[in-house]
Amino acid sequence: MTNVLGRFDFDVIAKWIRPGEKVLDLGCGDGSLLRYLRDEKGVLGYGVDNDPDNVLACIRNGVNVLQIDLEAGLSGFEDGFFDHVVMSLSLQTVRHTERLLAEMLRVGREAVVSFPNFGHRSHREAIAQGRMPVSESLPYQWYNSPNVRFFTMADFEALCAEHGILLRERLGFDGEAAVGEDLNLNASIAVYRLGKAG
Amino acid sequence: MDTTTNSVGAVQPQRAHFDKPLALAGGGALPAFELVYETYGELNAARSNAVLVCHALSGNHHVAGHYADDPKNVGWWDNLVGPGKPLDTRKFFVVGVNNLGGCYGSTGPTTINPASGRPWGADFPVVVVEDWVAAQAMLADRLGIDTWAAVMGGSLGGMQALQWTLEYPERIRHALVIASAPKLTAQNIAFNEVARQAILSDPDFHGGHYYAHGVVPARGLRLARMIGHITYLSDDQMAEKFGRKLRQGDLQFSYDVDFEIESYLRYQGDKFAGYFDANTYLITTKALDYFDPARDYGGNLAAALARARADFLVVSFSTDWRFAPERSREIVYGLVHNRLDVSYAEIESIAGHDSFLLDDPRYHAVMRAYFEGIET
Repeated sequence: MTNVLGRFDFDVIAKWIRPGEKVLDLGCGDGSLLRYLRDEKGVLGYGVDNDPDNVLACIRNGVNVLQIDLEAGLSGFEDGFFDHVVMSLSLQTVRHTERLLAEMLRVGREAVVSFPNFGHRSHREAIAQGRMPVSESLPYQWYNSPNVRFFTMADFEALCAEHGILLRERLGFDGEAAVGEDLNLNASIAVYRLGKAG
Repeated sequence: MDTTTNSVGAVQPQRAHFDKPLALAGGGALPAFELVYETYGELNAARSNAVLVCHALSGNHHVAGHYADDPKNVGWWDNLVGPGKPLDTRKFFVVGVNNLGGCYGSTGPTTINPASGRPWGADFPVVVVEDWVAAQAMLADRLGIDTWAAVMGGSLGGMQALQWTLEYPERIRHALVIASAPKLTAQNIAFNEVARQAILSDPDFHGGHYYAHGVVPARGLRLARMIGHITYLSDDQMAEKFGRKLRQGDLQFSYDVDFEIESYLRYQGDKFAGYFDANTYLITTKALDYFDPARDYGGNLAAALARARADFLVVSFSTDWRFAPERSREIVYGLVHNRLDVSYAEIESIAGHDSFLLDDPRYHAVMRAYFEGIET
């Protein structure tokens, strides 16, 4: 697949967002997704990041960025204000996963999340050999990882089911190739489009 | 222009006289007035590169550079404004102005009231942020500036930048609101009231007409400044800077100075009382207390901000408890509600409210990046 943004999951996310939408990007990094969405789709976007280097990078990128601690929640944002709330490869770095998912679907009509799938074959093999996995999608050692939550696609889907969160679309990738079957075994990166029940 | 030191170099204050009456928010009008201002850099042909810098409680028009006959008198935001600095005077035309009611040459309590031939003193009207912005707009007209590329200010100056976006939404493209608030909290007003009471209860105040008595309420002004200084610093910074260090190495068992912090506050208080006008201090603290654009909207800040069209940069500092990050976030969320472009940086700093005047590298990098993104 094409990789216009340098992060292949961005391509998937961008396809799910329609022109002119209001988008909140949690853990927005240097703002390249928001910049792309603004330039290509006229999206009104706000990034949230608590890393001062990322805040500076976003400002240099000409992207709206709000330096807010995600662990403190999204209480400043209004119900249903955003069309999409995106969290790309950051969900595993947040401690209060349940609360954050609920908050994303409170302030947004839909949530889009991507995360490294702990259930990927290579990760299972590492564990089977008695070591924590280190891979392209989980590039850190256990002692220096920014990740605080380790979960598989199956774990995530169970949590969504428990909270009445609808899985509107689900994609899995290994490297940059889309995975066709048995995603929880074959996908190193999972991307979901989520909605509220009812 | 001295680019080797990144200073705008020697600067000269200028004076603009206005004969058009200025209706005041508190009622009445000033029939005529003068504003003292300074400019740095060149206004471009399109007149699209002008930046207004608004001052806070004790500031003035002398934002950057120095005076040829007083080289030590360096502008109060010189670390931010100059050639090659975050607000780069090679790109922007920068204007600093002393607000109405000030004591640095603009019409205020120390200038002559034409009706009486004596200094205005306590008769000078309580002017507020809205009045300052209205006067600044008249100065902009005079300078041929239809639209500011940006208006920037810290603390009370940030309130002016915010007010610009509401009062003249078509005349400001960017607002930089630094270490500010959409309104003061009760605690913040309380500090101002103690400062005012210190001045008002000084026997040398004479109902605000102390000029006629050849005195100034220096004791009150000194106390006011000491209180202010406590609130501009953080507990951590005071501990780091002064701790319990003793001035003379031993306790004195008297009411003279024991601790370094006492010495510091007395020094700052004395210095301030030597040059600042007490009536200006009273007016300016009232302007702070009164500022509340949401007041006419039932306290709904988001509704008040609906008029704004500018892009915003909002900056706060982690240890600023006088203008806390929470207050800046209120502004940010109000702007998001109105779908305005806004970025918000919360700078880690030990220096409390004073941080906005310091040259923290992260803070200045954010300011530089934002100004670099402003088209002229």
